[in-house]
Amino acid sequence: MSLYYPKFIMFPCFVALNLLLLANPLVAKTLHKEKSLYRNIVISEKLQQRCLHFESRKKAIASQACINLKNPDELVFQYTRSIMAGLAYNSNPKRILIIGLGGGSLPNAFAKILPQTEVISVEIDPAVRKLAKQYFFYNESDKIKSVIQDGRVYVKRALKQKQTFDWIILDAFNGEYIPEHLLTVEFLTEVKNLLNKGGIVSANTFTGSQLYHHESTTYQKVFPELRILKSSTKGNRIIFACHCHAIDVKLGFDSELVEQLKVLNVNLPNLVSRISAAVDWDVSAKPLTDQFSPANLLNR
Amino acid sequence: MKKTVVLCLAFIAGFCIMSFELIGGRLLAPYFGSSVYVWGSIITVFMLALSLGYLIGGRYSLNNASLTRFAGIFIAASVSMLPMIAGSEMVMDWVFSMLEDPRYGSLFASSLLFLLPTAIMGMIAPYAVRILTESTYSSGQTAGFLYFVSTLGSAIGTIMTSFYLVLWLEIDEVFWLVSGLMFCAGVFALLVSFTEDKMTLSHTA
Repeated sequence: MSLYYPKFIMFPCFVALNLLLLANPLVAKTLHKEKSLYRNIVISEKLQQRCLHFESRKKAIASQACINLKNPDELVFQYTRSIMAGLAYNSNPKRILIIGLGGGSLPNAFAKILPQTEVISVEIDPAVRKLAKQYFFYNESDKIKSVIQDGRVYVKRALKQKQTFDWIILDAFNGEYIPEHLLTVEFLTEVKNLLNKGGIVSANTFTGSQLYHHESTTYQKVFPELRILKSSTKGNRIIFACHCHAIDVKLGFDSELVEQLKVLNVNLPNLVSRISAAVDWDVSAKPLTDQFSPANLLNR
Repeated sequence: MKKTVVLCLAFIAGFCIMSFELIGGRLLAPYFGSSVYVWGSIITVFMLALSLGYLIGGRYSLNNASLTRFAGIFIAASVSMLPMIAGSEMVMDWVFSMLEDPRYGSLFASSLLFLLPTAIMGMIAPYAVRILTESTYSSGQTAGFLYFVSTLGSAIGTIMTSFYLVLWLEIDEVFWLVSGLMFCAGVFALLVSFTEDKMTLSHTA
């Protein structure tokens, strides 16, 4: 028996179903799609949350950046909130360098809580900066700036120009693809030399593969001490290290800062209490260098 | 015998060219990034170098083409890589401080580092055609088979380098491997050339 429904029934059903899907807040709506020089970028929106994804063949595409439209100041991702724990080591950085702009949520947060601080973001993909401005309220000023350049090239150039920073945030990795020249002993040494004495580095890294051990020994080789803040849900971990002899949390946080951070949904005392100095990686893993850097082959 | 040796050597040359090119990209990344224009610079320089090599190699094959001279090209290519291996850091540092734009920086640095060795490697293909060709009638087939062998070498060089060599070796070690392979290939061809000469001498005697 063949099922046949006349068109005059099918068509209205089809339209109604579509309308339902479009109006349904539970279904992510695609606002924008763009093929940039480096990747396919998708902006989507669901339940008042707007996200930027890099499209991949995997079904679940990880978001690179998200904002809560009801409260754009809030830091949506646990890992961006974790990065803020760097303020426990240096609560008043004068110059911050961020490698990897994403949706611009970190510079936006700094503009809010540290209005006097100069924040320079380095992003390789001009389309990402354009979309951050268009969809994620990323605004530039004389304090909040960005440069379209490869992170490594920027760091090398900044060293030649004798620039210095108090805090360098490495956020150019997305779990799926790692720019291999940004994960070597030589690069981290350049980053360290770009820091003022006592300056800190925070790196967003991933925990799921063999790379974990190599990545950890790479950081260990350059910085005397590492502090680790692992995310409680996903496989992220933030590495903190400093251009100093011993990295230590300043005791007694500035209560005003703690209050300000609450606006960003950051609970500083809680984050700091979860920072650990434990070494849970294979210390015999070979550190990655400019000569040996198969990071993506190890990340399987 | 001679034919097999020339084909083996062409295979090795094909392997080495692509291995050299891929690792060249890795060498530049710390100074110029790994963006599409860095690869653009490297491929431009390699294509330019190979085209010059074909021209010069073809020209060179007109005078007393021999297996000995063919071997000489391999040894020259191997030796021409040595200053590059020793001085790459210095060259890139100099170019980096001179040129701000990473596009022209990577183009200039790759020219300085890769143009000469690659041009010498480019001389191999036309020279091999000259040695292998027996008649005008079969020259197309000879050249076709030679390209088949050397390009197959390139394919295998590409996959071996990008899938495995970068996991097993450091970048400089891959350069040494390429240079060493070219050198050994040259020495092997020299040995074959001398034994062949002896055999022809004993035949005529």
